[in-house]
Amino acid sequence: MADLLITPVKHFKIPITAECISPDFVAGKSLREIELTQVWEGNRRVKLGSLFKIAGEIGRTPSDCTIRIRGNMSAVRRIGYEMSGGSIQVDGDAGMYLGERTKGGTITVAGNAGSWLGTQMRGGHIEVKGNTGDSIGGSVRGGTKGMRGGMIRIHGDCGTEAGAWMQNGMIRIGGNCDLYAGMHMKNGTVVVERDCQGRVGAQMTGGKVIVLGNAGGLLPSFQFEEIRERSKADDEKIAGPFYVFSGDVNEGGKGQFFARVSDNPDLKWNERYLER
Amino acid sequence: MPELLIRNGYVFDPLNGIEGERMDIAVKDGKIVESVGRKARVLDASGMTVMPGGVDIHSHIAGSKANCARMMRPEDHSKDPEPKTRHTRSGVGHTIPSVFTTGYRYARMGYTTVFEPATPPLKARHTHEELNDIPIIDKGCFPLFGNNWFVMEYVKQGRIKELAAYVAWMLEATKGYAIKIVNPGGIEAWRWGGNLRHLDDTVPNFDVTPREIVRALCQVNKILDLPHAVHIHPNGLSEPGNYQTTLDTMECARDFRREGRTTMHVTHAQFTGRKGWSWPDVRSGAPEIADYVNAHDHVSIDPGQLIFTNVTWMTADGPAMFALYKLAKTKWFNADVEAETGAGIVSATYKKSNYVNAMQWGIALELALLVKDPWKVYLTTDHPNGGPFTSYPRVISWLVSNQARQRLLDKINKTAKRRLNLPGIDREYSLYEIATITRAATAKSLGLVSKGHLGSGADADIAIYDIEPKKIDPVKEYKAVRKAFAHAAYTIKDGRTVVKKGEVVRSVQGRTFWTKPKVSDDIMKTMIADLEAKFDDYYTVRMANYPIEERYLTASQMITTNAGV
Repeated sequence: MADLLITPVKHFKIPITAECISPDFVAGKSLREIELTQVWEGNRRVKLGSLFKIAGEIGRTPSDCTIRIRGNMSAVRRIGYEMSGGSIQVDGDAGMYLGERTKGGTITVAGNAGSWLGTQMRGGHIEVKGNTGDSIGGSVRGGTKGMRGGMIRIHGDCGTEAGAWMQNGMIRIGGNCDLYAGMHMKNGTVVVERDCQGRVGAQMTGGKVIVLGNAGGLLPSFQFEEIRERSKADDEKIAGPFYVFSGDVNEGGKGQFFARVSDNPDLKWNERYLER
Repeated sequence: MPELLIRNGYVFDPLNGIEGERMDIAVKDGKIVESVGRKARVLDASGMTVMPGGVDIHSHIAGSKANCARMMRPEDHSKDPEPKTRHTRSGVGHTIPSVFTTGYRYARMGYTTVFEPATPPLKARHTHEELNDIPIIDKGCFPLFGNNWFVMEYVKQGRIKELAAYVAWMLEATKGYAIKIVNPGGIEAWRWGGNLRHLDDTVPNFDVTPREIVRALCQVNKILDLPHAVHIHPNGLSEPGNYQTTLDTMECARDFRREGRTTMHVTHAQFTGRKGWSWPDVRSGAPEIADYVNAHDHVSIDPGQLIFTNVTWMTADGPAMFALYKLAKTKWFNADVEAETGAGIVSATYKKSNYVNAMQWGIALELALLVKDPWKVYLTTDHPNGGPFTSYPRVISWLVSNQARQRLLDKINKTAKRRLNLPGIDREYSLYEIATITRAATAKSLGLVSKGHLGSGADADIAIYDIEPKKIDPVKEYKAVRKAFAHAAYTIKDGRTVVKKGEVVRSVQGRTFWTKPKVSDDIMKTMIADLEAKFDDYYTVRMANYPIEERYLTASQMITTNAGV
């Protein structure tokens, strides 16, 4: 594995759009070629070499490449755009659209990441040790196609609309989640290990949202099904018991919403439906 | 302004009967002249095709609908960003480009005049604000009259002279160019949740029929002697079996013949040229419509060519859009019902594998190929309904080359291929005919005397494409034709070079055309009295605030006509 080291030369005040920081782009290129690549800094075209110090070795194929980024990249967008293999390691924060349309490979972020992480991703693995913004694994604004495959693992908290329009794959959030987890979801799994702010699964038509903490209530368009002892996320069995709801009825949806019984006393009233 | 001499190009100028002759075009003060002095700047066009600037008769580029669609479709913006350059502003949008980008993209294709075909009169101010900002191209808009309460009341009372005065007042008030009818009476029914599908259905609360509305407005068009024909989008849009309504609409106003001009223009005929009883049974009504157009002089059509891509359906026909939304199951927007019309916007994707989409694609091409006279059929995609206007070069490649069509025919839905007449049609357009359907015939139909030709006195709107007609065989090299039409080598607007090698090098202000028919004072007074009596009841604005002042238009170009009343 060849390592390419990218270090910001300054603190960025203006957003930078750098699709080229991706194993697929750098593979087989020389350092000079990468330095001369044009990127957008705000509304100006600048050379990548003027923003970053680039050193190290470059693999011949994407899967041979490892890109290590040292520094604060929170203003840099679209890192790992459409990557199909290899790996990116960010030792710091990453900006918006990290891993957009990723097909394979791994991205690891030691700090926080911005919104639209893994938008429309098709495969691969993204792991963030810190928190993230909104619409992770979602679709672009107005679009109806979210994440199609792969895995997103967040150790911290995440913003609203996690897994919006998700079509497949898995999102696992270690911390809390803001409103609308699994909104418009069609398939796939979202696991929130701690609390949700509420409105989980709004307008979902399929897939599964599992909340291990407090789910923040229930939308009126969900239907109580049963209490299940455990739930399943991919091959992993998660101990419960869980209240299981299906919905969103407004959309004629067949999505499933699991809320752990022990952390959701406000949903206890559903148990009376079991007596019949 | 310096003089300009375009030397040695192969000139295609159908209005003056020039077909691929090598000649020089002289330009002075923004006009085409017989000759220029020795100091004139020379533009060497040898080995290139010179045509008048393109004239688009039907393209939804501005107004409240276009803006609603922009708001509704942010995902369309992310697909197609366009950075700013030294001469252009930045913009976004694939199917509904932002205001400035619209002008640049038209200019890059060699188009210099575009008409926005559906303006709600109440929101015309908005349309003009956008038109003012669209750079380079000349433009105009057609206000909607087909569902206007005043129109329907006059039609019911049979007061054609007052109706003519009302239309004249409205055209001046909205700075509109021609009469547009969308789903006559049907949108009034839509306000009550219904629709009108046939020409003899009754409009709720008004007791008139679409036939009466169309006939009255065609008569008014003749009385006012407006430059363009009545621009009609018939009832029953996109429904199977609607071709009969289209034929009835064409036939109903046949008697209002205008000397040397057409009475009506039936637009995006592909959407209203379907046979059959249900969706799986849709067949092509193109042969019948083409036969009718071939046999009659009072009507022209444009096909509204479909492109297999993501599109935005956007029309004043609210009920039709709602029906399509239920099929597409994407997202929709209902607008303008509070104005004198309605509007619906739906996002959709046309697929080759979809039977109905494939039929639509074929019906549009059949219409373009079966109408024998290129002066009666114009190139449009009904932007953005059939496809974005940036697909015109692709449509041109299908028209000039049977081979290009056959290649796509092999990829479309098999049942559609079997049921279409298209595989059996081997007509191929010549470049002269392409010049006719994209500029000469449209300019003639719009009554723009200074557009669409390169004769002396015409506006110096010129498109130069990098194809040598003597060396290239469009049938085989259709890809080269497509490439050339997508990026004009030069576009000249009013004598100034605005595009060079497909890139905008200068941004100029285009004019806005509008019509002012002169109606006799007596009739106008009677009509104004009627209008004043009801205006406050019907409108949310005062009558004095309703008309748009001429100074509101950045570059106003008034066309006056003398009405027969």
